[in-house]
Amino acid sequence: MKHTLSVLVENRPGVLTRIAGLFARRGFNINSLAVGETEDPEVSRMTIVVDGEDERIIEQVTKQLNKLVDVIKLNDITQDEFVDRELIMIKVCCDSSNRAEIIQIVDIFRARIVDMGRNTVIIEATGDGGKVSAIETSLKPFGIKELVRTGKVALVRGAKNRHNE
Amino acid sequence: MASTITGAQALVKILEAEGVKQVFGYPGGAVLPIYDALLDSEIEHVLVRHEQGSVHMANGYARTSGQVGVCMATSGPGATNLVTGIATAYMDSVPVVIITGQVATSMVGTDAFQEVDITGITIPITKHNYLVKETKDIPRIMKEAFHIARSGRPGPVLVDIPKDVASDICIAEPSDKVELRGYKPNYKGHPQQIERALKMINQSQKPVIYVGGGVINSRATEQLLEFAEKAQIPVTTTLMGLGSFPENHKLSLRMLGLHGTPFANYAVTQADLLIGLGVRFDDRVTGAIEKFAPQAKIIHIDIDPAEIGKNVGVDVPIVGDLRLVLIDLISKLEPQEHSEWLEQIRRWKAEHPLQYGQGGKLRPQYVMEKLGELTNHNALVTSDVGQHQMWAAQYYAFERPRGFLTSGGLGTMGYGFPAAIGAQMADRDALVVAVTGDGSFQMAMQEMGTAVEQDLPIKIMLFNNNCLALVRQLQHFYCDKRYTAVNFTGNPDFAKFAECYNAVGLKIETPEQVEPVLKEALNNGKLTIIEVKISEEELVLPMVPNARGLDEMVEFPYGEE
Ligand SMILES: Cc1ncc(C[n+]2csc(CCOP(=O)(O)OP(=O)(O)O)c2C)c(N)n1
Repeated sequence: MKHTLSVLVENRPGVLTRIAGLFARRGFNINSLAVGETEDPEVSRMTIVVDGEDERIIEQVTKQLNKLVDVIKLNDITQDEFVDRELIMIKVCCDSSNRAEIIQIVDIFRARIVDMGRNTVIIEATGDGGKVSAIETSLKPFGIKELVRTGKVALVRGAKNRHNE
Repeated sequence: MASTITGAQALVKILEAEGVKQVFGYPGGAVLPIYDALLDSEIEHVLVRHEQGSVHMANGYARTSGQVGVCMATSGPGATNLVTGIATAYMDSVPVVIITGQVATSMVGTDAFQEVDITGITIPITKHNYLVKETKDIPRIMKEAFHIARSGRPGPVLVDIPKDVASDICIAEPSDKVELRGYKPNYKGHPQQIERALKMINQSQKPVIYVGGGVINSRATEQLLEFAEKAQIPVTTTLMGLGSFPENHKLSLRMLGLHGTPFANYAVTQADLLIGLGVRFDDRVTGAIEKFAPQAKIIHIDIDPAEIGKNVGVDVPIVGDLRLVLIDLISKLEPQEHSEWLEQIRRWKAEHPLQYGQGGKLRPQYVMEKLGELTNHNALVTSDVGQHQMWAAQYYAFERPRGFLTSGGLGTMGYGFPAAIGAQMADRDALVVAVTGDGSFQMAMQEMGTAVEQDLPIKIMLFNNNCLALVRQLQHFYCDKRYTAVNFTGNPDFAKFAECYNAVGLKIETPEQVEPVLKEALNNGKLTIIEVKISEEELVLPMVPNARGLDEMVEFPYGEE
């Protein structure tokens, strides 16, 4: 089962190295990792998706992360109600013969075309992991030239915030 | 406070405020400003011969005094020479603050002369580390470094200071408070878990207490004794835990694990309850993990939550400071007996004692036993890594905490002698004995100069088999006796080596010489090497073979004995 960890860390140089290094060193697998500043510029939030069939591994991951001095707070939000999003940009081959079909798919997924070249378009979509993968699958037959995904970001729903969660 | 001091001077002020008496170090260009500032302080600088020595000395100092040890080196090669020592301190949870000079901030990242990313290199082997970017941060960071090193589960903290950062004017006032929102060790055990533990202890017929270095770190040895006696539970210790419980005590099972006593290993295997105190269920202790304490429920008490459940599943986890948790446990515990179990243990002790070959040969085990006797089991013993380390652990019979310093987690050859220097600097009156081998000593023997300069009457007990005999032993068991790369044919005469430093060199070559020569060495008040000539064919026994359970150990006699 995939676990989603929401981690508040000091916004300092080197913190990402400490965290990524810890995963590599202890043989934990990172599925995705997204990081950015929060409302407090001294704090960043990382959303880390970890592959872990074994609960003991997840427990070790969280405990080892918690030991890092730069980790302020860590929540495994897997069981919580949360909103998660990923952003994907896909460059697909596109000419007059299939343009209409592509635009239709873009509409269905409420995605957007953000660039149009002579033979390609770039499509941007946001959504949870499932939706993002679905749009990728739908566009595959047209020929994907390049693709980039951000990794998941997540926030717990409702009144909880980082000061009381 | 006048704001005309430099960053380096601010740093020295913090060292003084932290009560640092000695800094072990080695200078170089990038660390010049700090050395210059140190010159005006009461703090003594101990000039070593190799940076690795400085961090081992700080380690020995810390483990002896219970205070934070401090060492210092320059950028680049100075810093990289520290790496083994930092990892050694990290694995054994020793509080050390390491200060390194760094090239000037304008040069950082350019592959400048003697630039190395020491904070990057040491992330996995420090509790925390810092690259100081601004002079005003020095007081805060130094305070934090000491706080992190000594609190919670102790460990090494490295502070890397670029040259210009150290020499610039420091405008920050030192603050007394440390505020680290991401670092708050938990000291008090959870009351509900303590209740559950008590219940389990009350129900147990065959309990064993399994003790590690954490008991020494948390200064809980008195509580351990009280707890064990009140509950009448036998106590076994890890290599790191030796001395935390008096080994001549009726309840002592002495060391367990790979080269542990048969009775400790049997007791753990048959126990119905294992109470782990400040331990980490390390592979040298458990043997094949699935065969470790198969019938036992496990209570694990440790300050580091990440150790709990890491290697074995635990029935009652208690995160907290051992001393506090034991005080809680003792106050609520009813006195107990376990007479049947203790009787069983008494029988194991009688039937399976530690044994070694007798005959006319000079036996290292006998020498260690004698050393224990002649020093009342109360000397401050350090060891290197090898067979001699295991004989020290098995035969000295430690009676006091902080009486045995060894590199348990990393198994670092070259640790013992510098650690002895640090230990003797921390306790000038102690009788310090460094037990070493010809292999290990040659990784650190340049520190003779340091010991001479500091006038330290350390006794170096060097078991010379002209061999890396613990590796030879592995080849004996696991490589079909195909011995390779273990013999030294170019060893010096170690007694003469001592003499050329104006130290005393003595030799023991027969069993009859053991007592008189040891007595002479122990009473001469001088730095002394006692070279003990032994056979390379000795084996450390008992021994649990790879992938076996603790009760499947090879006991004495073995093979050619
Ligand atoms: C720095 C380092 N290198 C290699 C080893 C592997 N090793 C473990 S014990 C040993 C032999 C130690 O020889 P010596 O100090 O003479 O002790 P003896 O076993 O002969 O008593 C070696 C090479 C180690 N532990 N540390």
